[in-house]
This record gives sequence, C-alpha cells and structure tokens, in this order.
Amino acid sequence: MEAGTVQAPSAPRAPRVGIRLPGVSAGLGRGIVVLYLSLLVLLPLAALAAKSVSLGLGHFWAQVTTPAAINALELTLVASLIVVIVNGFFGTVLAWILVRDEFPGKSIVNAVIDLPFALPTIVASLILIELWGKHSPLGIDISLSRTAVVVALMFVTLPFVVRAVQPLLMEMDREMEEAAASLGAGGFTIFRRVIFPNLLPGLAAGVALAFARALGEFGSVLLFAGGLADTQVSSIYIKQLIEQGNESGAAAVSMVLLAASLLVLLLVGLIQRWGSRHERSGGAGLTVMPMSGIEPQPEREEDERE
Amino acid sequence: MGISVEGAKKSFGDFQALNDVSIEVPDGSLTALLGPSGSGKSTLLRAIAGLEALDGGRVLIDGEDVSKKPTQKREVGFVFQHYAAFKHMTVYENVAFGLKIRKQKRDVIAARVHELLELVQLHGLADRYPSQLSGGQRQRMALARALAVEPQVLLLDEPFGALDAKVRKDLRTWLRNLHDEMNVTTIFVTHDQEEAMDVAGQLVVMNQGRVEQSGSADELYENPANEFVMSFVGEVNRLGDAFVRPHDMEVVLDADERTEEGLVQRIVALGFEIRVEFVLGDGTEVWAQLTRAELQRLELREGQIAYLRPVQAKSFNGASAPDSTGASTPRRPTGGDGAEVSAAA
Repeated sequence: MEAGTVQAPSAPRAPRVGIRLPGVSAGLGRGIVVLYLSLLVLLPLAALAAKSVSLGLGHFWAQVTTPAAINALELTLVASLIVVIVNGFFGTVLAWILVRDEFPGKSIVNAVIDLPFALPTIVASLILIELWGKHSPLGIDISLSRTAVVVALMFVTLPFVVRAVQPLLMEMDREMEEAAASLGAGGFTIFRRVIFPNLLPGLAAGVALAFARALGEFGSVLLFAGGLADTQVSSIYIKQLIEQGNESGAAAVSMVLLAASLLVLLLVGLIQRWGSRHERSGGAGLTVMPMSGIEPQPEREEDERE
Repeated sequence: MGISVEGAKKSFGDFQALNDVSIEVPDGSLTALLGPSGSGKSTLLRAIAGLEALDGGRVLIDGEDVSKKPTQKREVGFVFQHYAAFKHMTVYENVAFGLKIRKQKRDVIAARVHELLELVQLHGLADRYPSQLSGGQRQRMALARALAVEPQVLLLDEPFGALDAKVRKDLRTWLRNLHDEMNVTTIFVTHDQEEAMDVAGQLVVMNQGRVEQSGSADELYENPANEFVMSFVGEVNRLGDAFVRPHDMEVVLDADERTEEGLVQRIVALGFEIRVEFVLGDGTEVWAQLTRAELQRLELREGQIAYLRPVQAKSFNGASAPDSTGASTPRRPTGGDGAEVSAAA
C-alpha cells in the first residue's frame, strides 16, 4: 500500500516479525503478487470490460436487456438463489450430523460429499440424466426443465456449505451450549441464540462460494437441462452469443454476471464482518477466546502433583 | 436449598466415574468436592446440574427428586472451568441471557444486569466482548451470568483451574465473601486441597468414583478416615505402617529408642517455614517441617546425620487406601512462596 498523506486515526500496526520467502524482499514480494494477479485476473477482466462497452453504453444496455438475455439472467439468479437457500439449510444439517452424530459409514458419507466438487461437471450431468432423465429407473423425468437447472446446481454446489460450516461446528465450545441450558434455554433457543450466531460466518462463506459457482455453472446444466429457450442460464446464453459472433454482447452479459458475483461477495463479506465482530474488536489483540480443543491450560500441572 | 445425592452411579464405557456416591450438602453451605483427576468429582457436579444423566441413584434439591428434570428446570447456576462465555455476545448480553429467555422486561433486565456487574466488579466493561477480557474477568462474568437467574444452587466446576496463581487466590477470597453475602448453597469442584480448605466450610474428598470422607477441613486434617484422605488433605510422611505429618516430625541430634536415623539431604527455606528432607536407612525419603528458629538451634547442615522422632503418628491398619504415591515423597508445601519449589513443581 502507498503511504497516504492522511494519517490513519490509529497508529499503524508494526509489521510482525516472521520469516519471509528466502531471497524475496518486501517490495519484490508485493511486485510478484501484483504482476501475477494482473496477468491472471485483472488484465483479462479489464479487456472484457472494454470489450463489453466497445460499441458504446447504449449498445451494452441493448445487449443485456434483450428478452433472451433477461430471461437467462432471471433464471440464473432465481435458480442460484433457490439453490443456496436449500443447500444453506441442508448443508448445515449435513455438517451438523457429520460432526455431532456417530453412525456406521460416516467416513464414507463424509467422502461422498466432496464428489460433486471433484467430478467434471459434464460427468455430473450424465449422472443426473441417468437417474432423472428420459430413462429414469424411478420413472421421474425432470430433464430439460427448469427443475433440472435447479437440481444440477444443487448437485454441484453441495460441498460448499458443508465444508464451510463443518470446521466451525467441530471447534465450537460445547460448554457454551451447556451453559445456555443451565440458564434455562431449550434446544431451539440454544441453536438460535448460541450455535447459529457462531456458525454464521462459515455459513455465509459457504453460501457465497455456492452462489458464485451456481451463477457461472455451465457443464452440468448444459446436458441435463438442455439449454432450451426456457432452460437457458446466462452462461449458456453467453456461449450462444459467441457462436453467433456477437462478442460484445457476450462480454456485456458476462459483465452483468460478474457484477452479480461481486455484489454477493461484498454482501457476504459484510455479513461475515458483522458475524465475527467479537473477534476483531479485541483491544489488546492478544486475548484469544479459548475454543474447545485448543484451550490454554496454564495451571494443569497441578493435576500431576499426586 | 439443601442438596442430597443418593447412591449415584455413572459409567463411561468401562470407566466407572461414580460408584455408589452419596453426599449431603446443607442449605446455604459452601462445599468443596475435592479429589484427584478422574475421581468423579466433576461428574458428580454435572449430575447435580443435570448435565450428566445418572445410571443409578438420585439427586434431590430441597428435598425434591430432580433426577428426571432436565437441566433447564433445575434452577442451578453452573460455572465452567473454561468460562463457556458466549463469545458472540457482549458482557452485558452474556449476563442478560437467562433473563431474556425468561422474557423479563427490558428495564428489569438492565437493572439486574448492572447490579450484578457491580457485584462482580465488571461495571464499565458491559460493552466488551469476552475476547477482550482477562481470564479472571471472564470467570467473574460467567459467575454473574449464572447468578442472574437467581439459582437455587450454585455449582462451580474447577472455576479457577485455568487462571494463574495470583488471580486464583484473589478470586478465592472473593468467592467466599460473595457466598457470605448471597448465602446461596454452593458446591465447587477442585483438585487443590489448599483451595478447598481456604474456601469451603465443608469438604467431600473423592477418589476413584467414591466418597472417601466428608467433613470440615479440621476434621479431615485431624481425623482422616484413611490413608488416602490423610495424604490428600495435607502433607504426610510414611514411616513403616505409620503416617506422620511433617510438622509432627521432631528433629533431634541425639538418638534414643524412639528415633530413627536419617541423612539430611536437602534444606529448603520457604520463608517462615523450613523443609528438611531426609533419607532414612532403608532408603525412605521423608521430610520435616521446622521453623527458622528450630533450624538455627539445631544447626543442621546438608549431608549430616540427625534423628527423627514422630510426635504423633497415625496408622490405618487394614485400610485399603489405594496407591497413594504422594505419601512418602516430599510434596509442595502449602502457602510457601519459595521459588525453588514452584519451579520444580
């Protein structure tokens, strides 16, 4: 960061003493970060942004407000929203069961959760078609419908919430719940007032990742939902525009998706900040709340006296 | 409200945490459950609170069998060793928690919370989060939180166990004063006999899931029921079948038929008290507690031979106190502030 002319109200924090990458000065390190990010992310983004308005703002607006574009965007946003709400709920439930319950095959379930994440999305698509396609063994064919869009997105975003909430649940101080119970709080109250607020930062992070993934999902939706007029999500619509040679239109719609992603990340960042305000506000900065499992036990040697 | 536990049994897998435990805690008393790790003292406390379901036996609070009642309905205040602070809530919200749940009016809650914060000396810190408090402050907050709902009984599970020695001592005194003021029946768990004797009026000594003895600190010290209690409550030396308190070991320079010969191995000055460690002819290590004046009179030096005469000894014939390894080794004297000893502990 440039040293600004305006003095920050609180004294700048002294850099912490620690090891650096060998042979890399602070300035060089910063340079590497900026260069890498620029080449990989910022420059392509800028190019895309430039392309999207290359034929003027009026053209941009016209491109993103065609009925097909609005349709696709609407479907993408609504489906993604439904998906993160459902997965936000069931992801938390799954994480809960995986952390709190013991049952045979738990480790298998735990491993299976990552499968949708690890699978190539086109394979996910095939899997879903096998079960819920034209030749469904269950006799339920939802392929080529809007429902299929939602199901495909649910499938690929399943791990995000689970994996974000799970570590928080594992680290949670169970005595907090016992304390709440001894103060008269019933199960639901304990969850709402004690457990949930502590899960919120993780839940928000999981939801954000899931939403971002859902916005851009392509492969799994393409085969299973078909990309028909009414099952066309924005990413498929963009591909169609490119195939039609309308590159500036594709860029324009992409910018809208990008803006939506950024907006969600921003919103979630705010929720997380709010949800973890108690951790940031430490005055001394050194008092760390003991969490179960990593509790400091300074006086425990007394135990060994006998 | 008095508390009784009758024939409590609890196992965790193969481990028997409580093996037919019965205790009687009088109304308004301050009682310590004292015992080593794994003696079942915490399990017993948690069973009284309803945080642990008993396999057998029952818990009575004020004569009423509460064994089937959930924690929420037992009206107990519980304080945990590691505070169990609601870390996402401010100090105010922590203390107000129980009152909010009881749907008290906002201004009633505010008045009560501020009164309690005053009591635990945390006024002015109401808007802080637990992460901004020291350990001692967190524990006082936890205490205020437990007291807010005016519990019938107050249960503290090693409340000072995670605090450093100085804070622990302060809080000890403070807890005793608080108890005198509030007069709510209080049970607290500790493995520190000095802490138990300092704070509590009544002690229950537990070992391996059983109650070894209960009574006042004096009774336990003067008339221990068995070897375990004798060695756990206070210091003790073992001479054959006899147990002798270090302050009942007289050190003399001339042998007679009642003395035992010993080599002075080490002399440790702990302020007022002097600890003299001996090795006897058969290799047994014992120690005697002397005053400074006695040491000067005897002019003892490390490496010399002196004679020990037990003034008062106890033996527990047939008493099967299991494996009290502390019996014959010098233990950390209580109340001493000798740097050498604390460093070695």
